[in-house]
Amino acid sequence: MNNVYIIGTGMTKISEHWEKSLRQLLVEAALKAVDNALISLKDIEGIFVGNMSSGYLQGQEHLGSLLATWLGIPGVAACKVEAACASGGVAFHQAVLSVASGLYDCVLAIGVEKMSDVITSDVTSALIMADDQEYVAGIGTTFVGLNALVYRVYMERYNVKQEDIALFPVHCHKYAQYNPYARFRNTISVEDVLNSPLIADPIRLLDSSPIGDGSAAAVLCSENFLRKIGRRDELVKVLASSVATDTFSLNDRDDLTTLYASKIALKKASRMANIDINQISLMEVHDAFSILGVIHLEDLGFAEKGRGVNLIKEGQIEYDGKIPTNISGGLKARGHPIGATGIYQIVEVSRQLLGKADAKQVPDPTIGLAQNVGGVGGTISINILGRVR
Amino acid sequence: MKPVNEVGIVGYGGYIPMYRIRDEEIGEIWSKGTKKFPIKEKSVPGLDEDVITMSVEASWQALKVAQIDPKSIEAVFIGAESHPYAVKPSATVVAEAIGATPKLIAVDMEFACRAGSTAMQNIIGLVGSEMIKYGLAIGADTAQGRPGDELEYTAAAGAAAFIIGPGDESLAIFESTYSYVTDTPDFWRREGEYYPRHGQRFTGEPAYFKHTISAARGLMEESGLKPDDFDYVVFHQPNVKFPLRAGKILGFSREKILPGLLSNIIGNTYAGASLLGLIAVLDIANPGDRILMVSFGSGAGSDAFNIVVTDKISRRSKKTSLSTYIETKKYINYALYAKYRRKIRLR
Amino acid sequence: MVESIPRVWRERKYKYRLIGSKCNDCGKIFYPPRSVCLKCGSKNLVEVPLARTGRVFSYTVIRSPPSEFTLYKPYIIALIELDDGVKILSQLTDIEPKDVKIGMRVKAVFRKYKEQSENGIIEYGIKFTPLK
Repeated sequence: MNNVYIIGTGMTKISEHWEKSLRQLLVEAALKAVDNALISLKDIEGIFVGNMSSGYLQGQEHLGSLLATWLGIPGVAACKVEAACASGGVAFHQAVLSVASGLYDCVLAIGVEKMSDVITSDVTSALIMADDQEYVAGIGTTFVGLNALVYRVYMERYNVKQEDIALFPVHCHKYAQYNPYARFRNTISVEDVLNSPLIADPIRLLDSSPIGDGSAAAVLCSENFLRKIGRRDELVKVLASSVATDTFSLNDRDDLTTLYASKIALKKASRMANIDINQISLMEVHDAFSILGVIHLEDLGFAEKGRGVNLIKEGQIEYDGKIPTNISGGLKARGHPIGATGIYQIVEVSRQLLGKADAKQVPDPTIGLAQNVGGVGGTISINILGRVR
Repeated sequence: MKPVNEVGIVGYGGYIPMYRIRDEEIGEIWSKGTKKFPIKEKSVPGLDEDVITMSVEASWQALKVAQIDPKSIEAVFIGAESHPYAVKPSATVVAEAIGATPKLIAVDMEFACRAGSTAMQNIIGLVGSEMIKYGLAIGADTAQGRPGDELEYTAAAGAAAFIIGPGDESLAIFESTYSYVTDTPDFWRREGEYYPRHGQRFTGEPAYFKHTISAARGLMEESGLKPDDFDYVVFHQPNVKFPLRAGKILGFSREKILPGLLSNIIGNTYAGASLLGLIAVLDIANPGDRILMVSFGSGAGSDAFNIVVTDKISRRSKKTSLSTYIETKKYINYALYAKYRRKIRLR
Repeated sequence: MVESIPRVWRERKYKYRLIGSKCNDCGKIFYPPRSVCLKCGSKNLVEVPLARTGRVFSYTVIRSPPSEFTLYKPYIIALIELDDGVKILSQLTDIEPKDVKIGMRVKAVFRKYKEQSENGIIEYGIKFTPLK
């Protein structure tokens, strides 16, 4: 497998972009990434667009070809990649494969979602498409509802209180203050979380990542390409890229409180990168809901099952802690434009590694991990990036 | 009228939704200006219930009592005036849900509150002529009362299902039946209208009483029977007054009427009304008991049935008894009632 | 969601009568029914009716539903473990959220799920109520 490098990144702010269409968000992020990479658009040979619901929300498919034209480079290889909320991470994985295979030298991995075009109940309908339409969506479950089922079992089994789980979104908001791209930059308290309206008991509004629009992009290239453009610094290397699945629906799972795909993907990725988790300097995990944030800390090996909140209480996930987590603000505060999130995580980890974070800078990081989850763990992608000196 | 072969009830089951609203509560909203109401309380279907869902539940109960393979049911006739679809049968959904498809006759019937007994008569004919061995007759309704109208105090919801089959397998035999029908427009609903209309006092003497009494007398005359020959009598029960008065006019004592009179506590379940009254009686009857059931449907017509209980009545079970549904209840206020009955405009 | 009549028609047997599939090789039962065993990989699966009683494994209350369920909010979604070991996602009805307890016994009933738009067809299925 050939080496793969990230030589440029770009992203839009996450917001309700009433005035920007889906394609305008795509173009904005793509151009920023290409500029940041110091290459020209003509250097791009392939485009991988991560997106979950453009068909349902905008009536628009065929995003790869759309973007190629809108960037003025029709002719290149392009496609849309979809894996529910893991679309971004999996699009990145496809981009990595295309370069690692030797077939492509320079490609663009980009994610986008525009959720503010429709009313909330329609977004709710779109999100549950991540699970079984016939037997899960069909009986009235919502995506929040599925995560609520997990939350309730977790609380009962491990005797963990909601005020402790609430520490995760509080943490995310604290750090989003420093992120100019974030959807929310206000701080919140545990009381705020516990007093916010219920969406699907026990999950409340402030337990949940927000609706928002955004696009994020990364330019990937081969060793060949680096030589060609004479580039030697400001490089991030893709140490590992993995994707794993778990049972599609919760009723087939053995343990509702564990996302097995995290463990499988992590194992594959650590082997590929030849590292163990103690070498990870920071991570961006997929806290679509507060309870997931806590569960990821456990499934990724940093805490025992049921003890994730202790890691937070001990300050271990702070920017200067043992495993800085979601210093961007995570899905809760930085935002979660579904198909774009996976790429936002890549951009954030890359910039932290380069010492150029749009956030509180983690001191001297060398290796970063981005975890992107589709559905309630139906698909999980883990990408591990390393600083190149 | 009597079938050539002996036909009877092989299994039966009833269903009443658990929600109740007191007439007092309705009276508060519409300021009746009195504390006298036609009944005490009535059943209200939940948001996720309709004629089809209630019919399936009642049919499942009837199957438990009958202990037959659902595939041997070759006719499903459902009588209601509140079928969920104006066009598309309820009977096919029920047949599918109980596992009786695809070889069967399935039909929706309609004749106001008489639709359930009409279904019974038709199934008796099919079984009695040996065209089929078992048939399922259902009377069910989620009746709508116009807000503020007298009928809102009584319009309720319920379903009754009878699996009808050969006499030698039956826990009660239909010895004979008699129908009395005339064109009498006492209560009607035009196409496209949400609520029905009625002729107020005209619904009494020329409608309910004329047809109920004529059908009962016609049946007794034809079969050579008198009120004393019957142990129970069940009337269509739009309220409490009408069936008691009909019974008195015909010469039946109150003790024979009361066991089959449920309207005071569940309301008028329209096509299910007299049928549910019959079920309440079957739940307590003894072998040899003779029951007179007289339905009434506006428009108008009455069907009278002469039913004799056999020793196979021991097949009935406490678990499937109607009393469980009558006693399991939760009271709701008018606001929740209006939401459940979809009286609140959403568009 | 785009309305579909064929889909409802295809599913009716499984949803009206709670029919799943059982692996003839390892005995595991699945709902919804499928053709490959998740546990042992066998393709030797047959249709079986599921148990009609079980207990509540987890539950939630939906307060922000998709558009076609708006009239029903708030409603209760529960993951139910049936007595034959299958887990099924369904709704609890005729019970208030405050009375739901993990582990409580429930039984299957036939109810309406939704209407496909105001004048579309009606979708029916199995929900669960408290078992006394």
